[in-house]
Amino acid sequence: MTDGGRGRGRERGTTGGGLRVVGTSRPRVDAAAKVTGQLRFADDLALPRMLHAKLLRSPVPHARIARIDTARAAAHPGVLAVLTGRDLPIPYGILPVSRDEHALCVDRVRFVGDAVAAVAALDEETAAEACALIDVEYEPLPAIATIAEALATREPRIHDHADDGNVHKHVSLEFGDVDAAMAGADLVRDDVFFYEGSTHLPMEQHAALADWSSEGRLTVWSSTQTPHYVHRALATVLELPPAHVRVIATPNGGAFGGKSDPFGHEMAVAALARRTGRPVKICLTREEVFYCHRGRHPTLMRIRTGVRRDGSIVAMDFTSLLDGGAYGSYGVASTYYTGALQTVTYRVPHYRFRGARVFTNKPPCGPKRGHGTPQPRFAVECQLDRIAEQLALDPAEMRRRILQPPESVTANWLRIGSMGLGRCIDAVVDASGWRDKFRRLPYGRGVGLACSSYISGAGLPIYWNAMPHSGVQLKLDRSGGVTAFSGSTDIGQGSDSVLAYCVAEVLGIEPVDIRVVTGDTDLTPVDLGSYSSRVTLMMGNAAIDAAERARELLAAPVAATLAVPRERLVFAGRRVFDAERPEHGMSFAEAVQVGESALGTIGTVGSYTPPRSPGRYKGAGVGPSPAYSYSCAVAEVEVEPDSGIVRVPKVWIAHDIGRAINPLLAIGQVEGSVYMGLGEALMEEMTYRDRQRNVVHHHPSMLEYKSITTLEMCDVETMLIEEPDPEGPFGAKEVGQGPLLPIPPAVANAVHDAVGVRIDQVPCSPHAVMRALRDKARGKEGRYGPVSFPDHDFPPPARVPTPEQGGDGREADRRAHAEVGGGAPREARAGETIAARAPEPRRR
Amino acid sequence: MTQPVQIEAPPRQKVQAAFVVNGERHEIAFAPHKTLLEVLREDLALTGTKHGCELGECGTCLVLVDGVPVLSCLALALSYAERPIATVEGMARAGELHPLQQAFAELGAAQCGYCTPGFLLAASALLAERPRPTRDEIRDALSGSLCRCTGYHKIIEAIELAAERMAAAREREAP
Repeated sequence: MTDGGRGRGRERGTTGGGLRVVGTSRPRVDAAAKVTGQLRFADDLALPRMLHAKLLRSPVPHARIARIDTARAAAHPGVLAVLTGRDLPIPYGILPVSRDEHALCVDRVRFVGDAVAAVAALDEETAAEACALIDVEYEPLPAIATIAEALATREPRIHDHADDGNVHKHVSLEFGDVDAAMAGADLVRDDVFFYEGSTHLPMEQHAALADWSSEGRLTVWSSTQTPHYVHRALATVLELPPAHVRVIATPNGGAFGGKSDPFGHEMAVAALARRTGRPVKICLTREEVFYCHRGRHPTLMRIRTGVRRDGSIVAMDFTSLLDGGAYGSYGVASTYYTGALQTVTYRVPHYRFRGARVFTNKPPCGPKRGHGTPQPRFAVECQLDRIAEQLALDPAEMRRRILQPPESVTANWLRIGSMGLGRCIDAVVDASGWRDKFRRLPYGRGVGLACSSYISGAGLPIYWNAMPHSGVQLKLDRSGGVTAFSGSTDIGQGSDSVLAYCVAEVLGIEPVDIRVVTGDTDLTPVDLGSYSSRVTLMMGNAAIDAAERARELLAAPVAATLAVPRERLVFAGRRVFDAERPEHGMSFAEAVQVGESALGTIGTVGSYTPPRSPGRYKGAGVGPSPAYSYSCAVAEVEVEPDSGIVRVPKVWIAHDIGRAINPLLAIGQVEGSVYMGLGEALMEEMTYRDRQRNVVHHHPSMLEYKSITTLEMCDVETMLIEEPDPEGPFGAKEVGQGPLLPIPPAVANAVHDAVGVRIDQVPCSPHAVMRALRDKARGKEGRYGPVSFPDHDFPPPARVPTPEQGGDGREADRRAHAEVGGGAPREARAGETIAARAPEPRRR
Repeated sequence: MTQPVQIEAPPRQKVQAAFVVNGERHEIAFAPHKTLLEVLREDLALTGTKHGCELGECGTCLVLVDGVPVLSCLALALSYAERPIATVEGMARAGELHPLQQAFAELGAAQCGYCTPGFLLAASALLAERPRPTRDEIRDALSGSLCRCTGYHKIIEAIELAAERMAAAREREAP
């Protein structure tokens, strides 16, 4: 079925006959259900005899639980069950390297909002009353509120599994020889940036419903992006055979990464359902959603970049410190991601990356749209703007000249396929009138430009295995209808639609002829979930695989019936016909009937596994992707010098999507990304009071957590650049996350163009702008942002020779070892799976 | 923990009232402190009305009472008995989508679809008052409703498209 992906003459799925469904704008397949209110989200579900659950959460940031007494709660009228941490003692966590969460805290609470008990009652009100009757005695422990405090506080440790003290994870890698290369630079810039944390704020609060059947099987409906991982976690924590657990991902009312961890409330309702023998539902309050968090890591960054006079980069030395909050979550991956993709946009021949994630007593951070990459992207793009200024180069022109080439391997061993960033830059420069505006607008107005790249799915699964990342199953019916089954989960991005489009394209029928069944671990083959922008590429390829097999199955009996050579058959317009005599054919339904008569019931499967990445060093597991998307944005801003208020009237953005499977939905993803990036650029922040004030969240409400409304949203002009990638379905790459990345740096660069000050911190608040303007007026540097970077001892970097140096993807010492020892890298230790081992490729 | 032999229901006072939702009258008994949101979703099973904060901060639960937008999560249900309430379930007539629903579907104004009912109703109240609103009027009318998916553009464009079609339909129908 494959010749190895790269180097094929055309992208996957195309037949040479032109595309009929793919590439056309049309309503999403669930549009009618969404505009009529018929679509049922998790909290819309109700079952007979259903109970309601509530969680009791910690009011203190860090404490030992000395005593929990649930007697009064259990005796409260209408209460059916009360659980504490001791009822669910098995830990879990999304990454195998940090299984540090419990459904309910066992003996320690680690942030204000950590859940300690769960109640099931006849109604929600009774459950809430019962929570208030649970007596918990806390013995306070010193709390850690900031990165600096975490680095300075070795004891007490928030988790014993941390690499060192309260440093959860250390990463230290060097590709090539940074110091030697830096010595040859014409200019070396050394800058420090801070990117504040923010949260996903999905409109739908997390909800889950559990049903325990009398034969001992569990069903959980949940607003989750990752039913497969929830399935695994539930089976582990409840000690059930996985085959007896069914997880159904309900349509997500927004997620953005915030619903991609298994959550304690999902375990709690499952355990309560088992305990009571009745269905149990929970819907978190908005305040509790803030405590679930898993959002953007607050990140302090230092970036040293050496360039030649023409702007080309000779070396980059990047260091990040991430505030991880109280649990591991995706944090190890997040840490690696802050250093992974710097090399994917511009050519960086020598690159050093050191990163550390610390534990603090705050809600855990995790993957928010762009996962770990918007922070470094802000740093890189703001610094490049300064470099262009110092070298008296146009920032767009300079970037255009230093791009990483397509079909190449980066210094950190990421394989680049199609690369349309140059076209993206050209498109926004032309559309925005950049040449007439940059450094030419009146004081108070300005334009800024920034670029970015993002993965189209992670190259490795979250837990090590050699199985496909995505599976699709098709059932062809003699009515002419097709049912497509996939574990993928529609979180609003339109993956159900993409599934229908890919199958319809290959079989020559209409999307409306296809019923999609998704996100149900009993009914659908595994797809790893809606994260890392992986679904269109991976599920799309699996769908093409399954549909091509179905087409092959039908082709032989249909060709025989029509007395036409197989290779002349065309599947199009709900018919199968002879390419040379289009009137000679049959309907698709008849073709299925002919197939069924000859072969029996028609069903096929398809699967997708990403290609093996060339990186072999420890840490090479984060960053590889089958394909990289590219974006470039220009933001125009108006800055009020008297108030520091920044308004953004317009953003021009070009996104290299490979191929737009549905341009309407793709543009919607771009606009949504610009919106969320603008919120982070200007106002969104997840912040807390200090440790003297209990590390409580500043504003766990939608009113005070500021986000963009219709009044602040900018105009957006979107240009889709199609640079088809051989690895993508019909050439498609991701669009859901990448276009967020250039927005914060484009805004910050535009503020500089408008009023001449540098805001090296996100969000770019009026306060920040006023402080910078005031300093500038006093003759100081017109800048707002972090002034220093902690002196932190990182482990010495693992040295990995680059492709240009003739490396083989391994660390230098390991390579030497391999040469002596016969080429076998050492076995990965337990707990190293996420980062260390690349599975052997098992192509479809 | 052992399960109680007899589960005592908590003593709760209930009141009886009638609600006229989308032209249908429902007489129900419910706890008097319930919000209109809770009565719609829990007692009338009209789950098309969503919630995002239950504090009146996001606009997701917006319904119309006498054609006027009301945040149902802040509305004491009893105060709205016998008054004409419109929810998203009443917008389509005889299986035919309302022009706003049609435009939202066509232009991709619903991504996850969760905030959509509230936006549709806010827009229908606007169009009842201002049949051809300017873009700024649309922005103002929707500024109390949050959407995290779309960036609002497709929503605004859909309202403009629906307004145009509704005006054209009125012209066709005019004698």
